[in-house]
Amino acid sequence: MTASVTAAFAPAGTRSRGPARLGVLRRLPAQRLVLRGTSLLASLAAWHLLANGKVDLGIVSFRNVPTPIEAAQAALALFRSPILWPHLGASLVRVMMGFLAALAVGIGLGVAIGRFRLARDLLLPPLEVVRPIPAVAWIPLAILMFPSSELSMAFITFTGAVFPILLNTVHGVETVSPRLVASARSLGAGRAAILREVILPGATPSIVTGAAIGMGTAWFCLVTAEMISGQYGIGYFTWESYTLQNYDNIVVGMLLIGLLGMGSSLLVRGIGSLLTPWAALGGAR
Amino acid sequence: MTKPARSIGGHVALLGGVIRLGRGAAAFDVVEDIDLDIAPEQFVCLLGPSGCGKSTLLGAVAGHLSLRSGRVSLDGRDIAGPHPDRGIVFQHHTLFPWRSVIDNVAFGLKMKGVAKRERLAEARDFLAQVGLSGFEDRYPAELSGGMQQRVEIARALINRPRVLLMDEPFGALDAQTRLTMQELLLRVWGQNRTTILFVTHDIDEALFLADRIVVMTPRPGRILDDLTIDFARPRQRDLISSPRFTTLKRHCLTLLHTDPAGLPLPRLTPIGAPGALGRA
Ligand SMILES: Nc1ncnc2c1ncn2[C@@H]1O[C@H](COP(=O)(O)OP(=O)(O)O)[C@@H](O)[C@H]1O
Ligand SMILES: [Mg+2]
Repeated sequence: MTASVTAAFAPAGTRSRGPARLGVLRRLPAQRLVLRGTSLLASLAAWHLLANGKVDLGIVSFRNVPTPIEAAQAALALFRSPILWPHLGASLVRVMMGFLAALAVGIGLGVAIGRFRLARDLLLPPLEVVRPIPAVAWIPLAILMFPSSELSMAFITFTGAVFPILLNTVHGVETVSPRLVASARSLGAGRAAILREVILPGATPSIVTGAAIGMGTAWFCLVTAEMISGQYGIGYFTWESYTLQNYDNIVVGMLLIGLLGMGSSLLVRGIGSLLTPWAALGGAR
Repeated sequence: MTKPARSIGGHVALLGGVIRLGRGAAAFDVVEDIDLDIAPEQFVCLLGPSGCGKSTLLGAVAGHLSLRSGRVSLDGRDIAGPHPDRGIVFQHHTLFPWRSVIDNVAFGLKMKGVAKRERLAEARDFLAQVGLSGFEDRYPAELSGGMQQRVEIARALINRPRVLLMDEPFGALDAQTRLTMQELLLRVWGQNRTTILFVTHDIDEALFLADRIVVMTPRPGRILDDLTIDFARPRQRDLISSPRFTTLKRHCLTLLHTDPAGLPLPRLTPIGAPGALGRA
């Protein structure tokens, strides 16, 4: 039933047994922390030099790029004004809707595919065809399919989040030891109990990894999704700043999306490690 | 030794058992012509070279593998799949890593629908029997190998199985822990009478534990000899130095070396290998 991992189906970015790592920074030695901090500062300095000097390299020009200080000032101004919050709220709702739907669908289909050969044969081919389609390509169809633009935007973020969750769920289900299943059956567990008591908990660490990656890609697809929107959203705000020639705010919008994506991924990992306290003990097989 | 008055059964019978593993052209008979009749509450050790099909045989009695021909029955009823009546203990890593020790032990009762309070009380009881009081809330990964095997034993026994199937349960432990575990098993078995079918390739272990030793040939496994071990119980460690023990040990050693041409074979666990789960 649980055959080996199909090569084509090996999830990207999965550590085979990756308990969610939240306190990465705390565990790093000071020397490496310094190194990382320096790298961050150097990037900022490079940005500053390029933007401040309005460097024009012919194929790429920094003439219209705001400096880090200008961006920071714009960010500060934005946080003080009431403009930002409706944008943020709208984006959060869309990402949450898309992500939660992806969680339900990804885990549901992933368990079915990982566990039952029939489901694998029936579901995998169409999914493999749909998977490489980028979020932008979904826009026209999403507009046609969904009555409200809110739903079509949530759908776009959904397409981004669902595949990492699905693939990692399949992977997690497949790596549950068959001997664990055999033990459970000898202890009186039926089909449903095995799914609930063995397969799902066994796959949870991998599902958490998938969810964290999916959360990241959901934010990733947000800007694309919000091209549909007429008025609100961080992605929309970023695009609008361009059309309004408010170049400082473009960078603020971009950084906000990056930070929110990273933050919510960390949140998912945090919740994940609360759900799987045993995974951090190691030797959990 | 306390023996409960009620008889719990536990009569295992294999008749002309043949088990075939693998698929298509790669399929082969792992064990052949197995006739084995085990009386209730007998402690039987299966001894044989690695790869001869001991685990496979155990898997058939557990109901995880089906026979190609022949019959296997418990108390006269054909075995048609796994059941808590036939508890199984593997070598290692089959506790649920996400459940605490006590929840692991209580798992069988949960499957039976026993109320939480009741099943936890009983699990506590069985943990005490294997000397693990105080470890209820630990996760398996926090325990040593020997402790994990004790949890395994408690988890199987809580279902009051008629047969306990053990597949080299102490094979991964260091020599000292191994001896302790053998004594513990005999003590716990004294309190929870059940038939035991115990796979090992350690002759000393078999001689110390068993009422009866069934020796198998290399693959395809057949029964080579069937020895009755009648050392008095409860058994003491100094048994090992008795002349009778030495004689039996020498006899077993000779049996195990009957076919030196047998090639070393990969050690797999047939239960759970692709295509091995005969029944869904
Ligand atoms: N699923 C399987 N498919 C094919 N061969 C297997 C499978 N499982 C085990 N074997 C082979 O069957 C033989 C018996 O295995 P096993 O019962 O595990 O032996 P033992 O427990 O006595 O060491 C071994 O040679 C092993 O390589
Ligand atoms: Mg074996």
